[in-house]
Amino acid sequence: MDTTVANTGTEGKTWGGGNRPLGASYGKLMMWFFIVSDALTFSGFLAAYGFSRFKFIGEWPIADEVFTHVPFFHGNYPMIYVAFMTFILIMSSVTMVLAVDAGHHMNKAKVTLYMFLTIIGGAIFVGSQAWEWATFIQGDYGAVQTKGGNILQFGEYVDVDGEQKFKRISIDDFAVPVADVRVEHERKNGLWFVDEAPLPEYSVNEIYKGLEANPNILVRNQIINEEGEKTVLSREESLKQIKENGQLVVKGANLVVNEYGTSLFADFFFFITGFHGFHVFSGVVINIIIFFNVVLGTYERRGSYEMVEKVGLYWHFVDLVWVFVFTFFYLV
Amino acid sequence: MAHAHKLEIFRGLWKFKSNTQKIWGVLAFLTLVTAIEVVLGIYKPESLMHTWLDPMEGGFFATLYNIILSPFIYMKPLNLIFILLTIVKAYYITWDFMHMRDEKSSLRRAVVWTGVFLICYLIFILLQEGGYVFEVYNTDDALIKRDF
Repeated sequence: MDTTVANTGTEGKTWGGGNRPLGASYGKLMMWFFIVSDALTFSGFLAAYGFSRFKFIGEWPIADEVFTHVPFFHGNYPMIYVAFMTFILIMSSVTMVLAVDAGHHMNKAKVTLYMFLTIIGGAIFVGSQAWEWATFIQGDYGAVQTKGGNILQFGEYVDVDGEQKFKRISIDDFAVPVADVRVEHERKNGLWFVDEAPLPEYSVNEIYKGLEANPNILVRNQIINEEGEKTVLSREESLKQIKENGQLVVKGANLVVNEYGTSLFADFFFFITGFHGFHVFSGVVINIIIFFNVVLGTYERRGSYEMVEKVGLYWHFVDLVWVFVFTFFYLV
Repeated sequence: MAHAHKLEIFRGLWKFKSNTQKIWGVLAFLTLVTAIEVVLGIYKPESLMHTWLDPMEGGFFATLYNIILSPFIYMKPLNLIFILLTIVKAYYITWDFMHMRDEKSSLRRAVVWTGVFLICYLIFILLQEGGYVFEVYNTDDALIKRDF
């Protein structure tokens, strides 16, 4: 577009950004260069995620069972919160494009307002993502990890409108305390100044005792069956699996263990949403800088709001990436 | 100032009076698409949860058939719908929010073709390899078995 002319002292300098090869200014062109390379980075990550998922296609965690929380509400609401986050980000894209449009009309007041709203939207999104991470790290029901690194979860069959549904049960609700639990090794004991990570809240033995005491509780493993649900084991098999293969009680997710299933899922979730969140965060910082420039009248004096357009391109790109992250982590 | 915005979407089916109006129109459309995705994601209609076609066995033409129709043979229709809707959203974000619609076609092609070609290539290679590793783990005579 020819409508914005930035007089930044480069006119006529062919190699200094003075001419416009594709009808776009030097700055905009460079932003497009960056966006293409960043898009390739993100698609590299997402393709690597797809690789790992295809590798374990028969046992990948089901997103609807992982992300089920909404702040301030109890209960099971898959998708709702992340849909809200998506909407917030699209909305802040809209205010950004409105700011660009107001910039074309040299309307300083409107650019200021819309830039401000964009920053607010970005901040809400980053905050939501932090909350989503915290919930994911904290965990839900807990599970037992086997010697082979697989995850065994607990639940029972309940009657919902005449249909047998598998309902998850938290390990807190049935574990039986056992006295012979190993004591955490602290710095002051034994080998000096050597300590270990905090022990899990329960030992496998405590979980096993609890499972034995509650005949209604069954174990389910990671394997996805014909109906697209995780396989629930029989009562005998449940007890046998925990006794013979149970090794570690896990609650929540981190880079090493993941109560929801294969730990690769947690690794990719942290890495990709983290990298995207970092983009949103830096986008907010850049938006704030541009916002103050607008308020100070820098672009008014320059006679062009093209800088708003350039940072807008970056901001829309962040939104664009989220659309794909949303699909591949939460929908597919 | 004169602006060179193209003020119509859906190939002229939906025309707008001003750029601001077009932005709100695109927002309405994107919100609708997201809402469809979320509703499908929550309810997961039974008819979309199983593939509609089965792979054909044996011979060159059977393989060719499987490759050409692979999105319908190996992917749940629901996931195919999600991916198509995502690409639709990506198109409108790039074309209307990032003003790709108003750029010169040379710039448009330099950005879009480069990205689309490299991304398709990358996805093909990695997913193909992931499927292969899955086979190694899961065929009947696989040497590596799940250890519990």
